[in-house]
Amino acid sequence: MTRTRLIDPKGWIFLAALAAFCLVVPLLNLGIPEGSGLHLPTYLVSLFGKYLAFALLALSLDLVWGYCGILSLGHGAFFGLGGYAMGMYLMRQIGPRGVYGNPVLPDFMVFLNYKELPWYWLGFDHFAFAALMVLAVPGLLAFVFGWLAFRSRVTGVYLSIITQAMTFALMLAFFRNDMGLGGNNGLTDFKDILGFPVQAQGTRVALFVATGIALALGYLVARFMTVSAYGKILIAVRDAESRTRFLGYRPEHYKTLAFTVSAMMAGVAGALYVPQVGIINPGEFAPTNSIEAVIWVAVGGRGTLVGAALGAVIVNYAKTVLTGALPDAWLFALGALFVVVTLFMPKGIVGTLIERFGSRRARAKLPPEPEIAPKLAEEGQG
Amino acid sequence: MSGTDLLEPIRHDASVGPATKKRVTDALLYLDDLKVTFDGYRALRGLSLTLDRGEMRAIIGPNGAGKTTMMDCITGKTRPDTGTALFDGTYDLTRLDEPAIADLGIGRKFQKPTVFESHTVADNILLALKGPRSGVASLFGWRNRVEAERIDALLTKVGLIAHRGRPAADLSHGQKQWLEIGMLLAQDPKLLLVDEPVAGMTDAETAETATLLREIARDHAVIVVEHDMHFVRALECRVTCLHEGAVLAEGSIDAVSADPKVVEVYLGR
Repeated sequence: MTRTRLIDPKGWIFLAALAAFCLVVPLLNLGIPEGSGLHLPTYLVSLFGKYLAFALLALSLDLVWGYCGILSLGHGAFFGLGGYAMGMYLMRQIGPRGVYGNPVLPDFMVFLNYKELPWYWLGFDHFAFAALMVLAVPGLLAFVFGWLAFRSRVTGVYLSIITQAMTFALMLAFFRNDMGLGGNNGLTDFKDILGFPVQAQGTRVALFVATGIALALGYLVARFMTVSAYGKILIAVRDAESRTRFLGYRPEHYKTLAFTVSAMMAGVAGALYVPQVGIINPGEFAPTNSIEAVIWVAVGGRGTLVGAALGAVIVNYAKTVLTGALPDAWLFALGALFVVVTLFMPKGIVGTLIERFGSRRARAKLPPEPEIAPKLAEEGQG
Repeated sequence: MSGTDLLEPIRHDASVGPATKKRVTDALLYLDDLKVTFDGYRALRGLSLTLDRGEMRAIIGPNGAGKTTMMDCITGKTRPDTGTALFDGTYDLTRLDEPAIADLGIGRKFQKPTVFESHTVADNILLALKGPRSGVASLFGWRNRVEAERIDALLTKVGLIAHRGRPAADLSHGQKQWLEIGMLLAQDPKLLLVDEPVAGMTDAETAETATLLREIARDHAVIVVEHDMHFVRALECRVTCLHEGAVLAEGSIDAVSADPKVVEVYLGR
């Protein structure tokens, strides 16, 4: 059987550009002295690292939306959970250096009169445990959520609404001080990661490069999944779910697997985001964050993976520029962007390029245009 | 189907495996007194039918006779209100869901051809090929290493070899019908349910399809639902005529078409 190659030309361009970016940015930052005009300030390195973390989040969303038709409006929840797992590790690294100097308890716990560390903080002293939780917590939530939703054949707009409700519920829960996760203020004042000071220039560059590597690995995992027979069945489920059942496939299993892997990827993105921005708070669970991620994917082109990553970087760069110049205009610009893309470029940037220059087979693979109204009658044929 | 179907409980008792009960009938498919009601409309009113191993059967009947509903009951899409549906004398089809029934070896071709439009013709066959259906199996398993020859042999059989690399969306209506028959063959089921395979085909295509189905029937049991009487005659098999959700007549094509009850149903008074 002729198998689609793991890395196609578009993938090579993406990986090469990413590698170049991960070489040039550290070089301009570390290799060129601060006085020179070519020097790249460290804060920009972290800003670019943030873009790459968002690109990984967008990639994870594209895996389920573009290839499986699951429009998740709650992927920010998985991103946030991964971020909190990393934040908990970073909090434990502060040790007695907090404002209150308590050797065991983080500052916010001293402030809230905690007598001892809650059980769910145990183990977060170790990086390996925290790294495991970065994958396990979002993965487990996605598995349980996905299993229940997909087994009950909840699809389309209904599914989108409950994913949105999920992230909203998590936001409310994390806002509570009783959660033992810093409430409103979240987790911040980080000092060290793996023994290196978080604020140091070298650490920031290393975190940036690590995010680039994670994005490349995430791309390869998503690509491996989508070009395999599994991915073909996923696309078949996206386009004609009931038909796959009569062939003996269980769409709920396929969707749950994709949703879980995607959530784990989003968790990794969150974990890399937190040390670079220096804070994680319940605002990360805000529904608008998840919706913004959907816009990144739509702008870049869903069902293309590369497009999702590109869309995240472009939109966030635009956000940085615009919020600097005209802080109040950003939300209008974002809304306008979404309208323009939906009306005039429904396949997104990369999707439009594929439609223009791609082979007939590549064009056929692109997801159909998003449904505005739920398609209730879809199952009722024959 | 209406939106409320989303809320219906879904069956997951896919107790497929070695048969636990003793075989109660030798028939491959045994339907007894099936009754289905949709919102007060009685789609099946006590349908009984048996199909032997390796038998081909044509089902005819006017619109609304219950032909498609019968197929829905056999494949797990619709659960009958009452009645028995046994496959292989042991498996109770009314208790299984669609993938479990497909797994038992019942394949279905729909009235409106439903192929995976964004996949190539060859990939449509690949996804249908008999074999493990789990997510992990398809991620790493043999379905990623199927030899092209195996798929090409099936595509040659259904006359689509020249189109193997094209997206299925680009096929004509008749070609999609054949692709779906090819997918059925790839599934290699014990029983094939074929709903209106020649709708929208030219006379030449219809004749070819009849030849193909007769060939398939040599080593599979087949149920064909069809309106086209010339086509049914060309199948050279037993015919069952349904009317108002029950069997009206059964026998050879000549006997059934000469039956006064059948004539009345088709021609009216």
